[in-house]
Amino acid sequence: MTTTMSPRSTAPSAERKSREARRRLSGSAITTGTWVLAFIFFAPVIWLVMTAFKQESVAASNPPVFFFVPTFDQFATVLDNGAGSYFLNSLIATGVSTIFVILLAVPASYALSIRPVKKTQDVLFFFISTKMLPVVAVIMPIYVIAGQIKALDNIWTLVVLYTAMNLPIAVWMMRSFFQEVPTEVLEAAAMDGAGLIKTLRTILMPMVTPGLAATALICVIFAWNEFFFALNLTAANASTVPVFLVSQMTSEGLFLAKLSAASVLASLPVVIAGWVAQKQLVRGLSMGAVK
Amino acid sequence: MASTLVDRHNLKQHKLKNARTEGGHSKAEGWRRRGPLLPALVFTIIVTQLPFLVTIWYSLRNWNLLRPDGNQFTGLQNYADIFMDSTFRSSAVNSIVITLGCVLAAMVLGIIFALLLDRSFRGQGVVRTMLITPFLIMPVAGATLWSVSMLNPSFGLVNWVISLVGIPPVDWTSSYPVISILMALVWQWTPFTMLLVLAGLQSQPKDVLEAAQIDGASWGKTFLWVTLPQLRRYIELGVLLGTIYVVNTFDQIYLMTAGGPGTASANLPFYIYQRAFLGFDIGQAAAMGVVVVIATIIIATFALRLIFRSFDAKD
Repeated sequence: MTTTMSPRSTAPSAERKSREARRRLSGSAITTGTWVLAFIFFAPVIWLVMTAFKQESVAASNPPVFFFVPTFDQFATVLDNGAGSYFLNSLIATGVSTIFVILLAVPASYALSIRPVKKTQDVLFFFISTKMLPVVAVIMPIYVIAGQIKALDNIWTLVVLYTAMNLPIAVWMMRSFFQEVPTEVLEAAAMDGAGLIKTLRTILMPMVTPGLAATALICVIFAWNEFFFALNLTAANASTVPVFLVSQMTSEGLFLAKLSAASVLASLPVVIAGWVAQKQLVRGLSMGAVK
Repeated sequence: MASTLVDRHNLKQHKLKNARTEGGHSKAEGWRRRGPLLPALVFTIIVTQLPFLVTIWYSLRNWNLLRPDGNQFTGLQNYADIFMDSTFRSSAVNSIVITLGCVLAAMVLGIIFALLLDRSFRGQGVVRTMLITPFLIMPVAGATLWSVSMLNPSFGLVNWVISLVGIPPVDWTSSYPVISILMALVWQWTPFTMLLVLAGLQSQPKDVLEAAQIDGASWGKTFLWVTLPQLRRYIELGVLLGTIYVVNTFDQIYLMTAGGPGTASANLPFYIYQRAFLGFDIGQAAAMGVVVVIATIIIATFALRLIFRSFDAKD
């Protein structure tokens, strides 16, 4: 009996086992492939960080050097070169413009979602159409007007421009967050006789706080990285980090390791913020379209 | 475009709301609703639209900062000059090549990466973090990283890698300026398309996939006939938003090739910048800006309509 039973019961299970083994094998092959691809794609970042810890003579060598004694010299040089004031300017331009954006975008997106104005669609399209406007088409009048009102090389000029640059994205994003608030909650609040301010403060804001954080993150990334306005409208006083980075490249010949150290320092705040808030990143970049 | 995406999610909710609120509200109610919107709207109009009107005004004047006698009204002369300007045309072509090349390449790579990430494996989170990092690197830093550390003819990493398989060193940014720029751009924008497509993959209903597998569909067929159609709106969104961002590319060109050699790799933003800030030809540069805006409006309207149609067909 056992002899007749065993082939019938073991054959399928053996087959299943081998199929499973095959799947596991191809699975681990795909995993390995994924890791290799990711490593290749990430390699420039690794190389940038490695170069930042090299001496100049080691950095510009052929063939490239992969093993060396790391040094902090380049970071020290960058900071001695007066990077501090550029970082301060970037901090002001980024921070203040982000606050302005939030202050303008929250009421605006409220008026486009919770209690919508009549031509909501048109207004939304107007906002996004300003993102399609090429920046070069407005830089000349901005340059000339800023020159006339003595606002060139002034950090507040950048604050205003970065606010305008990020406002459309923020309006779209915040609107998509507001639209997720269930209408029942608002109706209940209205029934309880809660006024506008109270509804906003006690019900809406707590519900959209994560959205607010995501919006702020996106504004910070774009403002921190902005180069074109900063290059054309600032000089010695109001220059931001990207301009500093370029000055490191052009002013005194090529110092690869120092340039890399400056690049690492310049990118670090946004890289860390983006790593921490990966989910919010995609939502912000798609202007709230992807949940 | 993106509004259709949002609205597809919120259509029902929205319709309910509109039915409730659009009972012809009074004038006072209308202004109460408009009130919170106005500061943002007025600010945006002042900062983005007024300068453009001034640009149109400049474009009709013969204003070169290097020529003190200039700055008179010249009508459409600047526009006529532009269309005779072969560099303007080649910059327009470069703009198209760079934008399309970057968006398409980033989309293909992004789909591949997203498919690889959309399964559970050891170190998934680390791999995703690695793959999004290029987008977070400051573009100016990314551009110098590529032009100097990666593509430098004598000590760049890329030439070292290709030397391992016996290819002689290449002076990338001089010999292949547009390809060099594209490398840096695709590297920066692939994480963006990857994140969009990944969101699309993770939102697709798993039962359809399972049904396809039970029916014995191969991986390739499942991808082509089930996954790809469902990804469609995410891909369209990625292409559209990617185009909006990439068409304004300036940093990489300024830093990697300065539009060169000659004007071989200048796109429109860079060429206009050159005319305005290095050539001081405000009138010409302004006219170019106006032409670019008109072209953008035409293309954007066309693209928006295409995408609208594809969404309408599906609903």
